[in-house]
Amino acid sequence: MTPPPMSAAEAAQINASVRNGWLLSLPALVVLAVAAVGPLLIVLVYSFLEAGKHGNVVGNFSTGGWSGILWTRDIFTDSYVLADAHLTIFWRSIKLSFLTTLTTFAVGFPTAWFIATRPPKARALWLFLITIPFWTNLLIRTYAINEVIRTEGLLNLALMKVGIISEPLKLIYTDIAVFIGMTYVYLPLMVLPLFAAIDRFDLRLLEAGYDLYASRWRVLRRVVLPIVKPGIIAGSILVFVPSLGAYVTPRVLGGGKQMMIGNLIELQFLAGKNWPLGAALSMTLLIVVTIALLFYVRAANGEKTHG
Amino acid sequence: MQRLLTATALLLASTGLASAEGVLQLYNWGNYTSPELLEKFEKETGIKVTVTDYDSNDTALAKIEAGGHGFDLVVPSANYVQIFSEKGLTVPLDLSKLPNHANIAPEWKDVVWDPGRTNSVPWQWGSVGIAVDTEVYKGDVNTSAVWLEVPDELKGKINVVPEMNDIVSLATMYYGGQPCSEDLEVLKKARDGLLAAKPNWISMDYGATEKMSNGDWAASVNWNGSSMRIREAKGSVVYGYPKEGYTLWMDSVMLLKDAQNVEEAYKFLDFIMAPENAALISNFAKYANGIAGSEAFMDPAMATAPEVVIPEEFKAAGVFMPVCSEKSREYMTAIWTELQK
Amino acid sequence: MAERRFSATRLPGFATIAMLAFLALYIPILTLVVYSFNSEVTMGNWGTATLDWYAKAWANADVKDATLRSLTIAGFAAVISTALATMAALGTTRRRAFKGQTFIYVMINQPLMVPEIVTAVALMILFGLIKTVTGVHGLGYLILAHAAFCIPFAYLPIRARLEGMDLTLETAAADLYASHWHTFRRVTLPILMPGVIAGAMLAFVVSLDDVVITEFVKSAGQDTLPTYMLGQMRRQLTPEINAISTGLLLVTIAMLTAFFLLTRKKD
Repeated sequence: MTPPPMSAAEAAQINASVRNGWLLSLPALVVLAVAAVGPLLIVLVYSFLEAGKHGNVVGNFSTGGWSGILWTRDIFTDSYVLADAHLTIFWRSIKLSFLTTLTTFAVGFPTAWFIATRPPKARALWLFLITIPFWTNLLIRTYAINEVIRTEGLLNLALMKVGIISEPLKLIYTDIAVFIGMTYVYLPLMVLPLFAAIDRFDLRLLEAGYDLYASRWRVLRRVVLPIVKPGIIAGSILVFVPSLGAYVTPRVLGGGKQMMIGNLIELQFLAGKNWPLGAALSMTLLIVVTIALLFYVRAANGEKTHG
Repeated sequence: MQRLLTATALLLASTGLASAEGVLQLYNWGNYTSPELLEKFEKETGIKVTVTDYDSNDTALAKIEAGGHGFDLVVPSANYVQIFSEKGLTVPLDLSKLPNHANIAPEWKDVVWDPGRTNSVPWQWGSVGIAVDTEVYKGDVNTSAVWLEVPDELKGKINVVPEMNDIVSLATMYYGGQPCSEDLEVLKKARDGLLAAKPNWISMDYGATEKMSNGDWAASVNWNGSSMRIREAKGSVVYGYPKEGYTLWMDSVMLLKDAQNVEEAYKFLDFIMAPENAALISNFAKYANGIAGSEAFMDPAMATAPEVVIPEEFKAAGVFMPVCSEKSREYMTAIWTELQK
Repeated sequence: MAERRFSATRLPGFATIAMLAFLALYIPILTLVVYSFNSEVTMGNWGTATLDWYAKAWANADVKDATLRSLTIAGFAAVISTALATMAALGTTRRRAFKGQTFIYVMINQPLMVPEIVTAVALMILFGLIKTVTGVHGLGYLILAHAAFCIPFAYLPIRARLEGMDLTLETAAADLYASHWHTFRRVTLPILMPGVIAGAMLAFVVSLDDVVITEFVKSAGQDTLPTYMLGQMRRQLTPEINAISTGLLLVTIAMLTAFFLLTRKKD
């Protein structure tokens, strides 16, 4: 819709509204600038410098970090070849993170729905139940999962006892183990925003839809999904992006045999002592994610306006 | 909100690091410092030692270099001892303040990475070899073939620790080279060997002490002290010294340039070079310490353990990890990335 | 209200999936709890039942200090980040789209987009410089770093709650000449509360979980429980950690029970 021409008073009101918008956001922006975004400028600068002898950087301009992402000198032929190892690692990370996001949504949506449809008192209880496991920290949780899915672990014992399988499943130290672990770790990050979105939503709308003789699934798709969309967006960002940089889970559950992006970047900053390459890899990841995020948000918002 | 801001301001201002007499800030590997040792030190000197953990030489180096860390002492491995002093992050020791310096065993007194031992004092040392459960594999364990040309019995049951420097070096030595090799022939063989062997490894992870004791793994490239602990839990496990060459390491304590508690640091350095105290360090982490006469105070089981006392026949194959050149590190990183892609 | 014909509570399969999800969430945790009573050092080998690890953890000043430090940092970080995120969410929703809104949105979500190790190294360099110049150490740096990366975790659920929130109540309140602040406290905030609680809880657990950034930002004597564990990982994790985690769980559950009992009385 096009706004009608506005009066001076209206314009002033809008100006005030914009000013308030900035003022309210300012404290958060300051903290972020100091402790999150600002320091990244250091990383950006480092990506254009030369690697120091034992880590760190020296102050000479170099694009070695950036070209090192795609091209690597084949140490045996001394010619430059495509760095397929880096591409493989990026691809695996994206694939696993995408799967994790889908699965957490598939499990998280019914769970959030279930919680949101409890009576108010019970609702808070269920909500706390989702977060309680997370009071034990990530490392110990990952070790606990390891204990459950290892070859002689609880899962295999139970499945064999019931008779579903006769041989223990070899889950541990595979991509599947990493995927299970990430789904476990990030599930609450999906459930909580979904819950917040479903909860603010008036169930009577559903009944109205149902009264119009729409099927359950139609109601879900046509009425529920559009309203819950902000929650879906928030949840999938909260799950997808951190899983891209996951570091502990691939190490413990994947047995450290295959890197994800987080591990590759760590390798360059620590044992590899190639900080510019580490910095350039970080920036690449940042750019990829930002672009994906902008597209995602735009697409989601765009649909909303004619929804 | 007001109260919150005040509290935040207070927290920001509180240094949390008293530089008053009687404290010492030790930056050391996790789970590596005997609490008994610290208790005894505090009882004798009144100095309270706070230990903060790190999990790799590289993390420690990066953090110390960034500055403003507040530590007094750090415990890097041999090859990093040189890097720390080369970068001027640590200071040479005033030996006149360290009467117990004389206790350092002759073979550790004048070492390549610290000639004359003027920059560092020994903490613990050991080797990287192979722990094998002989119930699963009965062949020769004193060779890197166990993990590079994995025998059928061990396929899918052997772990390799994710230590780039040690692993690539073990591989280059197996194929006839040296650690930090720049020899392309050898490096190529090492890369191909590693890539071919990897599908037979179950994982590249830490935690052998636990996972070999409970039978998850039947073998692992591993540290000697950890291997001894596995043997204590599971008698069928032996520790092999690859005859083609294996790496030796020694972690040594260094005094940081911006240390706040220098006097206390000297007292601590001298304290840990007394044989009865050095033995406490070893008894806790199960590695040898490099102080002459400490064996008398060690657990009897340790003083003779084949994991701790290197048998004469294998001594020659042990090589100290040198400081690798930038070029060799570039090779290693490339091989490592290829291996873990 | 009319009798519900479309029963939102009884969508087929949803309750089952939710129950399975809860089961899956709790099985590893129960394993952890059970093994905290195991006399053997290694998980997976069951010896006899014992309380030794609790005694050891209690006697271990390092573990106790690290746990308290973790809780302190998480508490401060959660409060600060939730307050800032609530303000930012109010500032960026429910008003005519303005120039720079996308910028704010991207800024706020930025900590999510960078792997921890990168922020960690960057903060290590920056804070190292500040620490050297000012000579001030202290937990403030860790709290600030944690508060920053917790902001998006708090912001997203709050924003999700705010978006499309019914404006009529607020307008009504404003029409009754209630002050802005009054309208906010009495009308907006209560409706917003589930989002704020979800955000604060997320922020708290995310801070409690952080390893990498803490490892690189901490100064002498500032180990948190996760960095303490990271240090142990290379050698061996002792069941003391299981004991301390179980202890934390018990404290949480006790706190929640108290909270529920208290609120019940109020009604």
